[in-house]
Amino acid sequence: MNMIQRRDFLKAAGLGMTVSSLPGLAFASADTDSRLVLIILRGAVDGLALAAPYGDGNYRKVRGELALPSPGKVDGLLKLDGMFGLHPSLPGLHRDFQNGEALVVHAVASPYRERSHFDGQDVLENGGANTGAVRDGWLNRAIEPLGGSLGNETAIAMAQNTPLVLRGNNSVTSWAPSQLPDAADSTIARLQDLYADDEFFATRLAQALKAQDIAGGMGGESKRGNDAEFLRTMMKFTARFLTAADGPRIAVLEAGGWDTHANQGAATGALANRLSGLDNALSALRSGLGDKWDNTAVAIVTEFGRTVRVNGTRGTDHGMATATLLTGGSVNGGRVIADWPGLASKNLYQDRDLRPTADIRSVFKGILADHLSLPNALLERSVFPDSSAAPKMRDLIRS
Amino acid sequence: MSIEAAIAANRFGLGARPGELDEIDVDPRNWLLEQLHGSSTAAAMPQKLPSSSDVITEVQGVRRAQRDAKNKNEDVVEKYRRVIRRHFIEQSLARYQVAAATDQPFRERLVHFWSNHFAISADKQPIPAIAGLYENEAIRPNITGNFADLLIAVEQHPAMILYLDNQRSIGPDSKLGRLANRRRSDQEFGLNENLAREILELHTLGVDGGYTQEDVTTFAKVITGWSIGGMNDQGRFAEGEPGAFEFRESIHEPGKQRLLGKSYGQKGVRQGEVVLRDLADHPSTARFIASKLGRHFIADAPPEPVVDRLASTYLESGGELSAVYEALVDSPEAWTRPFAKYKSPNDLVVSTFRAFDHAPADGRKVIGGLEILGQVPWRPGSPAGWPDTADEWGGADALYKRIEWTDTVAKLAGRRVNPVELGDEILGSAFSARTRKAVSRAESVQQGMTLLLASPDFQRR
Repeated sequence: MNMIQRRDFLKAAGLGMTVSSLPGLAFASADTDSRLVLIILRGAVDGLALAAPYGDGNYRKVRGELALPSPGKVDGLLKLDGMFGLHPSLPGLHRDFQNGEALVVHAVASPYRERSHFDGQDVLENGGANTGAVRDGWLNRAIEPLGGSLGNETAIAMAQNTPLVLRGNNSVTSWAPSQLPDAADSTIARLQDLYADDEFFATRLAQALKAQDIAGGMGGESKRGNDAEFLRTMMKFTARFLTAADGPRIAVLEAGGWDTHANQGAATGALANRLSGLDNALSALRSGLGDKWDNTAVAIVTEFGRTVRVNGTRGTDHGMATATLLTGGSVNGGRVIADWPGLASKNLYQDRDLRPTADIRSVFKGILADHLSLPNALLERSVFPDSSAAPKMRDLIRS
Repeated sequence: MSIEAAIAANRFGLGARPGELDEIDVDPRNWLLEQLHGSSTAAAMPQKLPSSSDVITEVQGVRRAQRDAKNKNEDVVEKYRRVIRRHFIEQSLARYQVAAATDQPFRERLVHFWSNHFAISADKQPIPAIAGLYENEAIRPNITGNFADLLIAVEQHPAMILYLDNQRSIGPDSKLGRLANRRRSDQEFGLNENLAREILELHTLGVDGGYTQEDVTTFAKVITGWSIGGMNDQGRFAEGEPGAFEFRESIHEPGKQRLLGKSYGQKGVRQGEVVLRDLADHPSTARFIASKLGRHFIADAPPEPVVDRLASTYLESGGELSAVYEALVDSPEAWTRPFAKYKSPNDLVVSTFRAFDHAPADGRKVIGGLEILGQVPWRPGSPAGWPDTADEWGGADALYKRIEWTDTVAKLAGRRVNPVELGDEILGSAFSARTRKAVSRAESVQQGMTLLLASPDFQRR
């Protein structure tokens, strides 16, 4: 089915309906105070390193040199419960967990069952049942009832270019730090005039100007730095956007470098360093949000997991199920949610990967419904079409 | 001045240099096709660069010295990074000098297109030191020939092998693989599917091209042994010309392999080459290449008739790329939808250099500008390469960065050029009345220049 046909099909099936055309649903008690941060870790994070099942009798055997020491040992896992421990490089997240503000959903996957990063990310972000099933992003479709408008967007991509999950009919904005001097106001005014009859340029310039207003001066923070420093800077600015009086309340960030085919490391090494950078960046978000943290949910997701066994180059290859982390004051945390499939050979997906027992769309539905108060009908029909196999996960958010 | 001249210069070329539109206007179609049929003038233009095998040998030597150094002071640690950076800057400068000055801009756009189709990414060491050499050695000489030859040149180039880890991939039943299994140290030796997967998904069939995970694994076995010479200074993997492609029988999975419903009984390196030739002949490859070319040259959603036409030309000609380009140039859709493409940062920078007839002289500045705009040379971050649609490049913030960048360029350009005249020179009939008016009413030459460069007319092609 090509794109046009697919759109027509969705329309014919009643799936392309906008929420405002569904009587009684528009603006139905949409929450205006809650904040949502979606962090997409690109490259497929190893869920068995993120939250390791040290209590699974097969864990040490199958993980070999990548197995992490049990809680209490030197460089040991940070205990979540009798079965799971958080990677030792995530102490900040572990504190959130102990405060009841973080949880782990394990053995989770999108509906995608192949092993391409690019298609995996496509499905994670389009919210459909397969690659190219839907052309725009689920988070863009979800914000339809939230009432954003040009210059007052509900959602922001913390990136120069908007990732798929936020692309679509609803206007969203984007921002990233700049190292260039500003153009003169009079030049910008003339460009606004020049762009006025070209919607593509006019819309984007209006959005960019609003974002410039909120971000304010860069201070000494315009240098990109290494990946970890950059992620931390982006979190600081995310907090600034989400706490601005008329700013967006949903933000999407991306961070790459998780494709650990070789020399992944265990308690120390390449992956541990990345996780440590993530943990520091989350601390910056937490302190930047101040009181708003109490109304915030942060979802940390990746396109798929990695092989259970170590590969020939001391790393792991593209796999299937992984772990998702939720943190924030709104999160009903302090627990690991997992229908654990086990690591015995016979329990693995295609005898190589962690078997998926939860659908990431269930997690997204739980957040959108209970945190942003979005109507179930919207979630089932247009945000996640063909997702009846993935019912909303309950009680992810404090009531 | 015909609109066709502006289309040829901007959509197919890299943007007009002053005076170029007049030359093109004589016969725009012929101006494009002549670039394909003659020999490459750009091949001779890059300043004398070293070969990739020399550079790989050099950086591996620095790496070994670093490893063996008794005193690992900052000098030793930093030297590796410094050497790589020096090569990266030198090659980036050469690439943009060629793009800025070439009289075969259509051909040069094709070099950039194929280099991105077969992307390696300079965020993994030592790729920054060899990315430009890879483009010059594997891509540039092969873009007007047969796709199969281009494909083999690419997959056997040391940069691609290193980027997708194929030198680490060891056949489980190869001589070394069996030895390792006997010692029960299989953690050290194994198959790596990276290169095989990306060849199928990104270089040939496309993700929906009709292959399975089993095909990926089998193909990975077929190309075990595709490696690089002189990986160690002694012992295992020391043999072969240092830094050049080397087939290593000792790690090659022996025997017949069955892939995509066909059996391959060839021995050695030839088995993989035969598979690559079959992949090049596959209808899915024809269609995948056709849609990528259609997307790059005509519209983000390439018109179906264009894709059909290019794919059948590809198949009928047996993958002759010149024939496919000719079908592209002859597609009416290319000439009836002016300026449907939002320029990539690379396009924007190159067309700006050309507009000012500017010869870049400082590689660091070229890289810096592209970095600010979001497209560091040869660093797309993944083997999928840079995106090729306005959806992907058209973020609000990205537009704002373009405005800041064009404003900075305008300040550097000073008062030398009248922006209205420049607009006529480089956009010709595509210079809209609206933009022309805005530029002519600007309060300064510099502001007029910013308006011209940031205008939709110049930001699209």
